[in-house]
Amino acid sequence: MSEIDHRDGVNRRKVLECMTWCGTGVLWTIAGGVPHSLGIMGEAQAAETKGLTFLQISDSHVGFDKPANPNALGTLEEAINKVNALAQKPAFMIHTGDISHLSKEKEFDDADHIISQSRLDVHYVPGEHDLIDADQGKIYRDRYGKTAKGAGWYSFDANGVHFIGLVNVVDLKAGGLGTLGNEQLEWLEKDVKDRSASTPIVLFAHIPLWTVYQDWGWGTQDGAQALGYLKKFGSVTVLNGHIHQIMQKVEGNVTFHTARSTAFPQPAPGTAPSPGPLKVADDQLRKMLGIANVTFKQNEQRLAIIDSPLQG
Amino acid sequence: MLRPIIASSVLGAVVGSVLAAGVLLAQADETPGAITIDNFSFGPDSLTVKAGTTVTWTNRDDIPHGIGSANNAFKKSPALDTDDSFSFTFTTPGTYQYFCYLHPKMVGSIVVQ
Repeated sequence: MSEIDHRDGVNRRKVLECMTWCGTGVLWTIAGGVPHSLGIMGEAQAAETKGLTFLQISDSHVGFDKPANPNALGTLEEAINKVNALAQKPAFMIHTGDISHLSKEKEFDDADHIISQSRLDVHYVPGEHDLIDADQGKIYRDRYGKTAKGAGWYSFDANGVHFIGLVNVVDLKAGGLGTLGNEQLEWLEKDVKDRSASTPIVLFAHIPLWTVYQDWGWGTQDGAQALGYLKKFGSVTVLNGHIHQIMQKVEGNVTFHTARSTAFPQPAPGTAPSPGPLKVADDQLRKMLGIANVTFKQNEQRLAIIDSPLQG
Repeated sequence: MLRPIIASSVLGAVVGSVLAAGVLLAQADETPGAITIDNFSFGPDSLTVKAGTTVTWTNRDDIPHGIGSANNAFKKSPALDTDDSFSFTFTTPGTYQYFCYLHPKMVGSIVVQ
């Protein structure tokens, strides 16, 4: 191993270890709060699934052209090709934000052009990169949030599952983390109040709703308050992006999961001086980007989440 | 006898360039109001300037950042892409806390005298 490899190899190796392990397409199912891996991707896909299958993509950062991935639009297209090749067509797709890199019309145009090739309905929530046009999110709201409330939050139902898209990237405070804000929290409380406790809930937002790593701002200030409104529900799944890597945690009835980016990886918490884009060897990049396939089976408390990398 | 002479002249050159670098560094430090964003942090994170100084933030990261005043004491910057800059002239003495409105863990302050 050369000296240079050795110097930054520890961090990168550690990250790759996790990514390779997480990225082999393991199907996770969780019973009684303990996650079990059922088998490799192939077996999982072969198993017949009844119920609802949907897809999550995240952090496509269209417009990003820096060394960590000079062609973020190209890898988004690879991700969509992967979606199109799935044996079982998902019911719809959610995108957990950072569609664009700089909130430019052209970036959204390019993203829409590629994503529409999936021919799936897409439910979006914004990332902080989607709201930095001169009008602070007008372009995003005009495109994706016409029927949404406030900065872009909403809910909908599919196959008996209640989906809630939240926005935690607006009006951030100095020194703080992601923020939902009182108006959205009040809306959420009302949105779930009269629902039966047996309704499976899927909550999705850009920044993780639980604290993954405080020092890098990877968490949501008032996330616990939001989850407090969901205590009565037997099955809650929280899907996020923002950190460009897979993280999973189970706490009581709540499963937290973050998806890979389709654009570039970021370092594992604390393994680099900053959370900036992680430059990896060209032949490693596609192993660290990918999509997530989420399946809800009737009469099963937990949703099964399959992460698959673009390559490997 | 040749060897020590070479050694000392090499040493002289090294000392000379270290001194030159030191002078350059000192000059850079004296540029009033320059703040560089690198690795998701402001350098320097606390800057003292005289009233009337124009402070310029320059983003050297591969990720955009945005400058916002913690208590809306000055106008916020547009999003700064890589190598973009934002300037603001501070005319009133006081301490101005600011942060990156995209990554609020990034904080800094300007002391205007």
